[in-house]
Amino acid sequence: MSVGPGGPPIPATMYVTQALGTPSRRRRRGLGSVLWWVVFIIGVLYFFVPLVATLLFSLKPAAFGDAYVSTVHDTELFGALLYSFVIAIVTVIGSTLLIVPTAYWVRLKVPRARPFVEFVTLLPFVVPPVILVFGLLNTYSHPPLFLTETNLGNDVLMVCAYIVLSFPYMYRAVDTGLRAIDIRSLTEAAQSLGAGWFKILWSVILPNLRVSILAGAFLTVAIVVGEFTIAIFLGRKTFAPFLSILGDHDPYEQAAVTLVSFGITWLAMGLIGLVGRGSRARIQVAGAH
Amino acid sequence: MAWLGLGPFAIFSLLFLVIPTIYLIIGSLQDRSGNFTLENYAGLSDPGIVDAYGNSIEISLVTAIGGGIFGFLLAYAVIAGGLPSFLRSALMTFSGVASNFAGIPLALAFTFTIGRLGLVTVFLRAIGIDIYDTGFSLYSKIGIELVYLYFQFPLMVLVIAPAIDGLKKEWREASEVLGASPAQYWRRVALPILTPSLLGTVILLFGNSFGAQATAYQLTSGLIRIVTIVISSQMRGDVLFNPNLGYALAMGMVVIMSISITGYSLLQRRSERWLR
Repeated sequence: MSVGPGGPPIPATMYVTQALGTPSRRRRRGLGSVLWWVVFIIGVLYFFVPLVATLLFSLKPAAFGDAYVSTVHDTELFGALLYSFVIAIVTVIGSTLLIVPTAYWVRLKVPRARPFVEFVTLLPFVVPPVILVFGLLNTYSHPPLFLTETNLGNDVLMVCAYIVLSFPYMYRAVDTGLRAIDIRSLTEAAQSLGAGWFKILWSVILPNLRVSILAGAFLTVAIVVGEFTIAIFLGRKTFAPFLSILGDHDPYEQAAVTLVSFGITWLAMGLIGLVGRGSRARIQVAGAH
Repeated sequence: MAWLGLGPFAIFSLLFLVIPTIYLIIGSLQDRSGNFTLENYAGLSDPGIVDAYGNSIEISLVTAIGGGIFGFLLAYAVIAGGLPSFLRSALMTFSGVASNFAGIPLALAFTFTIGRLGLVTVFLRAIGIDIYDTGFSLYSKIGIELVYLYFQFPLMVLVIAPAIDGLKKEWREASEVLGASPAQYWRRVALPILTPSLLGTVILLFGNSFGAQATAYQLTSGLIRIVTIVISSQMRGDVLFNPNLGYALAMGMVVIMSISITGYSLLQRRSERWLR
């Protein structure tokens, strides 16, 4: 799981390389295998019981499926979800614009800066969301950059915080993608055809990184849509804060929306697996709990 | 000159990551009127704060070790335990989802399961077992640990699987040929090779749990005394009655997170020797 010769190892919270579906190499039958089945079944139960309980809870109201009918008619829910997705997409775009040129430049021109860039992209693990938002609130609640006074200012702060949270995943994904292509030859070829830096990044490098960027992007979307701590302290009415207090007036709908949220996580992970097929499939793991 | 290309990234990181963190560091070293002091760090010995760190560390240790052991067994079961191979990719997919399913929805799912009115609680009560009579509560330390395990052991599965894959068949065969029992193989060959990975991943799980806030907040309505929750309360309304003490509290957390990430990186690098 190394980034490259001499580079620091990749914390697995961001990037776990898995050869999916490798057949088990050692097959033994008998009592041992029964014990392993028991372990596996306990794991499956741990995974599914809370989901099944949530599903059954959401189906409790007298009129079967009522909770789901109310989610469909809940404009506030759609507002919160839409808001979260818009923020997530802006975050992905911002993060891509920042990370792709930086990772490309480090590989092409300033390999000496790699430890520095890697260190910075690791910092979000050392500074968890609750500390990050604490610092942001202190820094931007007074001049020269007074951002916490207006809605737009808070939105900007939230997106910037989320871009920071996405650094480890995006940088790792993009850097691994860059390693797989010969950027030096591609750059020289493009330059000899008269392309400028912008043209090279946009028409040559970006298309080659599609898979990496998408993988990082889906993970970022999953994190941003579920993020609670930063949103609540910036007073933003995104999906997670909405879900958090939904139970006060309708616990059944809250259960239904919990399952929707689980579905979003599942979808994001599924899409990562889908775009990663063909190359070595990668499962990425986040840490915004 | 080439370093100028890193300008946008450097400026953004300064503005939204480094300066806010430095703001907290400086604040933690000042008294209310802005003079340099180490008082705030001395203030961390306040019983309430020690208690919060103690709870955070306890929860993180329990879920890191518990999740680590179970995650390892689970990964070993599908990789080398003789289970059908399709279960492996199924488990990896589940683990990817579960380790990312956290925060508010995770806390809610457990509330619907073993909260006071959760389905399992109600079911058990119907057959004569009241788990809340036995001292259990989802809204306490043990409850939080139970919930955190939901994302801890899948993370262990994901991170440790490559290490288990790295155990070469030839090593086991060689030790068998030389007359080693399975116990000897584990004690002398497999465990020494796996130890850096196992230890490193458990440290990673520790940090993963230590930094968690939303899950515990939702479960306990922000009432449990763990470090992230105390920091949240401090942000809402200066519950420590000293903003600078709040900054020192945050710095203490950053230090613990740094130790955890560094420990993980070092051990992971060491374990890579065997995982080529």
